[in-house]
This record gives sequence, structure tokens and C-alpha cells, in this order.
Amino acid sequence: MTALVQTRKFHAQVISRAGQKAHLAGMKVGTIAYNHDELTMPAIETFALAKHYNIGFWRKRRKDALKSLTLTVEEGEVFGYLGPNGAGKTTTLRLLMGLVYPSAGSARILGKALDDPAMKAQIGFLPEQPYFYDHLTPKELLTYYAQLSGVPGKDRARKVDASLARVGMSESAGIQMRKFSKGMLQRVGIAQAIVHDPKLIFLDEPMSGLDPVGRREVRDLIQSLHEEGKTIFFSTHILSDAETVCDRVAVLNKGELRGVGVVADLVSEVSGQVEFVWTGAAATAEIAALGGKTHEASETFRTILTQEATDRAIDAIRGAGGKLISVTPVRATLEDYFLSKLGAGDRDSQNMQEVTR
Amino acid sequence: MIGRLWAIAYSTFREAVRDRVLYNLIVFALLIVGAALLVGQISIGIERLVLVNLGLTSISLFGIVIAIFIGIGLVSKEIEKRTLYTVLAARPVRRWEFIIGKFLGLVGTLTVNAFFMSAGFFAALLYLTHRFQRADADLLVAIYFILLQFVLITSLALFFSTFSSPLLSAVFAFSLFVIGTFADDMRGFAKLTEGGTKWVMTGMSYLVPNFSSLNVISQVAHSVPVPGHLVLLNTLYVLAYAVAVNCAAVLVFEKRNLK
Ligand SMILES: Nc1ncnc2c1ncn2[C@@H]1O[C@H](COP(=O)(O)OP(=O)(O)OP(=O)(O)O)[C@@H](O)[C@H]1O
Ligand SMILES: [Mg+2]
Repeated sequence: MTALVQTRKFHAQVISRAGQKAHLAGMKVGTIAYNHDELTMPAIETFALAKHYNIGFWRKRRKDALKSLTLTVEEGEVFGYLGPNGAGKTTTLRLLMGLVYPSAGSARILGKALDDPAMKAQIGFLPEQPYFYDHLTPKELLTYYAQLSGVPGKDRARKVDASLARVGMSESAGIQMRKFSKGMLQRVGIAQAIVHDPKLIFLDEPMSGLDPVGRREVRDLIQSLHEEGKTIFFSTHILSDAETVCDRVAVLNKGELRGVGVVADLVSEVSGQVEFVWTGAAATAEIAALGGKTHEASETFRTILTQEATDRAIDAIRGAGGKLISVTPVRATLEDYFLSKLGAGDRDSQNMQEVTR
Repeated sequence: MIGRLWAIAYSTFREAVRDRVLYNLIVFALLIVGAALLVGQISIGIERLVLVNLGLTSISLFGIVIAIFIGIGLVSKEIEKRTLYTVLAARPVRRWEFIIGKFLGLVGTLTVNAFFMSAGFFAALLYLTHRFQRADADLLVAIYFILLQFVLITSLALFFSTFSSPLLSAVFAFSLFVIGTFADDMRGFAKLTEGGTKWVMTGMSYLVPNFSSLNVISQVAHSVPVPGHLVLLNTLYVLAYAVAVNCAAVLVFEKRNLK
């Protein structure tokens, strides 16, 4: 069993990397060829999925919450769905969950239609800012949900306790939820998403409302679910959270997909810069000739240049009598990628500020 | 499916209980005890008449009010508070199961509530008349009809709740209840009119929920027996009406974007 899961994960990863390269090369993700056997069935597929709302009471205006999303998430992946406020992340999740109906396009989860009950028994969902029946205790709520999800009576109590323990809510399991803080509700929300041991878990901003410790716990939880072979699709606008746990991410802005890929690849795609640190001579003129600017701090000099200039810069610094201490490629963060995808400096800057906050 | 319907129905019941709905029983108990003591003192002969009228009317009205108050929020409140997300989104629960589960839960709540009220009512009756008589069996029929009224009003309130706000739903449901209590009068009035008006009035009188035929309280208070065929007809009528309204509720709810 473990061996199977292992191969499966490996397989999925190879495929997803291949698929992702193809996408970056400009191909539509939906058209990537994968073996249509059981093992590599994608966890989530969307085909030109779109949703618009008509807003305004008298004069209806059309608001495109999601424009033609084509995306594939493989089984076993942790997939980050990134975008600034109003990008359409929640809309996508509501569409996938069958809560709202698409204006165009379609989607499949675990190879099934979105309203297939057999598929629904195998997925879990944490909504944005979850709210529950506040006259119930977490234990009662989860027992109810386990029952709805078809967990057999004899396993229910055990699974409820286990999932509450997993989110650190065992001690509050018997308190009515009207007395809960936002972070506690968020934890109960995560517990209800995993109580029935689903294969595929959707989380809409799982870290929101949590303190730093809580965020790390959620990150660890995602990691451990991943190790159990589960697929996780989660939205966030907090890039560092995504960066640490995701196999792949998609970046969405204003309802449009701006990029999909493995975090490491996306990040290297953006940077291409190298940092030089040396002592001895400033070599200001030489560096300036290469298009850089020298910074000095306690007799140590530092500059950042493009990758191509590396050799010439090393020669220049040595030639000027400098002694090199380090030459390091600048590791771009997901944030850099994000900003580059959102079109730096233009009218999106307001969104970016919220994103980089 | 049965398991899920039961789970949803039971959670509806539990929510009503936690919201202290059953406290109405205390008010009812005070009312009926007070009435029994009072009537017991003043008159001979009409104690039964007074107590039956008062008791059964209270059982009916208390239930109708509760049905409307809870029914109007059953769906709209869950959409608004988004409690529905974690019930419907990632669980093998179909939207119709949610509606029917809610319906059964509220009817169940009202039945339990009516059961306790009836028990109190019969106790008070026994206290007044010292022993049950033959005609008291018909009181059970009257109570059964009251339960049928609950089925009607619950399905209507739930239906409105699938597409309008609680306040509007309450107005709709209550208006229909009031009009429905005059359904028989409407039918009689239709007979007196001519041509187009007659058609419209007759149609209307059949379309509105017929609460008047379900009200046999004054009849049984006067110990007039309820004919057997009325029991059958009323049962069939309510079944058909509730099925139709519930279907409409499901159709509306299936189409809705739950945002
Ligand atoms: N019910 C609705 N009616 C009208 N417009 C809506 C509705 N729901 C969402 N929108 C619009 O669709 C766009 C996308 O919203 P969505 O909630 O999907 O964003 P999001 O990416 O989840 O943002 P956030 O990070 O703030 O949660 C927004 O511009 C929003 O105004
Ligand atoms: Mg959102």
C-alpha cells in the first residue's frame, strides 16, 4: 500500500512537472497529454471555467469574477492558488464546490462531475471565514458532518476526536461555538474539512485569522496531510505560506490566470541576478560600467548585477584590487514573481500593496 | 439517503430545542392550568366546551406561529450565515435532501411540541370532567388535523424561505394562513358569483391552502363527530399540497447560486 502511494506520488510529480513546463512554454494546461489510467487521473480539472455576476440594481453591469480558467491539479499535489483580494479565488472554489453554477465552461473533480455524491464523499472543504451552527459544540458539529459524509457510526466518535486533536481543539470540543474566537472557528473549520478522511481537500485561506503559531501549525498540518498522500488545493494571498508548502502554485489576478508552475521554477524564472560581496577596493567605476551600484558598509562592498555580467564583474573587482568574499545568485521570492505577474508599477499597485503586506 | 435525511431533520430539531422553542410549553401549561381552574369554578355544563376550544385553538396557534417563525429562516438564514457551505459543498448531500430534511425536522419538532401540549390538555380535561367520554376520541382527530395544518404551513414557510428574506417570507406565509382559514368561505362566495369572477374565485379557493377544512375545533367541542371520509380527504389533500409545495421549494433551491 505504501509502495503504491509512493509510486503514485512520484508519477504524479513527474507528470505535473512535465505539464508545468509545457504550460510555461505557452501551452494550455488542459491539453497536456497524460496517461488516462487510474493512477494519474487529475484531482481537479477545469475547462474554460467562468463566472460573471450581474451587479447593480437598476442598470445591470456585468462583473467577471472568473474569466475562462483552465487548470489541472494532479493527485497528491499541494497546490497553492494565489491572488490579491478580489482575484476570484473564492469564486473558483465556490464553483468547484457546486455552490454557484458556472456561467461558462466546466470542471471535474477526481474525474467526476461536480454534483456526483460519490466524489463529494471524498473531498473536504474549508470555506472563507467559516461560520457554523453556534448552538452546537465542535464535537456535535463534527459528528453531524461525519454522519452526512457517510462515516459509519462505529468510526464516528474516533474520527471526530482525531480531527479535533489534529487542529488542537480537543480541549474546547465540548463548548458551544457561539463562545469561540475567530481563530478557534478557523480550526474547527479545518477539522470539519478532514473529519471524513477525504482524498482531496480544498481550503480557502486556511491561515487567515490565525496567530503566527497557528499559521505554522496549519502549515505543518498541510504538510502531514500531503505526506499521507492527500491532494490539497488552497487559496491564499500570503505568499510565504504558499512558498513553504506548495508543490505548484497558480497566480490569479482580476479573474485571469497569470501563471502556473513549480515554485522553484517560477522563482528562478524571475530573478537571474547575482550578489557580489568583497573587500579591499571599492571598484566603483568598474561596477558602474557594468550597470551596477556599489554599496559600502564597514569596509565591505556589495552590489547586485545580472547573471550575464558575472565573469566580467569578478575580473573587474579583482583587477581593481578587491578581494572577493562571496558571489551568490539572488533567490527571488514568490513575491517577486507575483509582482512581476501582476504587472509591476501600473494600476495594480493598490492590489500589490495588500498582497505584499 | 435515509441516514442523511434523518441527520438533517434531527439537527433541525436540536437547533429548535437549543433556541428554547420548547419554552412555549411553559406558557401553554400556565394557560391551560389557569383555564381549567377558572372554568372549574364558575360553571357547570360548559367546562368541556370552553376547555376544548381554548386548548385546541392554543395548540394550533402556538404551532402555527412556531412553524412560521422557524420555517421562514430554515433556508435563507443558512444561506445568509453560510452555514450551508460546510453542509452542502463537500458532502454527499443533495440539495433536495437538505430541503426535505429541514421539512421533516420542523414537522417533527412541531409534532413533539404538540404531543406535550396535547398531553397537558388531556390532563386538564380529565381534571375537569373526571373521566373521558366517547366523544373525546374525536378530539384526537381534531389534533391530527392540527398536525396536518402544521405540515401545510411548514411547507409554505420553507418554500418562501428558499428565495426570499425571513421578513417577506413571514408576511407571505402568514397571509396565506389567514386567507387559507377563509378558503371555505371563498368557495361559498365563488358559488354566488358568475362568469369570469366565478372561475377566478373557484381557482383561488382551491389554490390557497385550505386551513378551514382542517379546523374542526368548534365541532368537536360541541361533541359533533367528524365523518371518516373527511379524515381521508384531508389527509390526501395535505399530502398532495405539501408534496407540490416541497417540489417547488426544491426546484427553486436547486437553481440558486449560494453566495
Ligand atoms: N455574489 C457576488 N456578486 C457580485 N460580485 C461578486 C460576488 N461574489 C464575488 N464577486 C466579485 O467577484 C470578484 C472575485 O471575488 P472573490 O471573492 O472570488 O475574490 P477572492 O480572490 O476570493 O478575494 P479575497 O482574497 O478578498 O478573498 C470580486 O471582484 C467580487 O466583487
Ligand atoms: Mg476569497
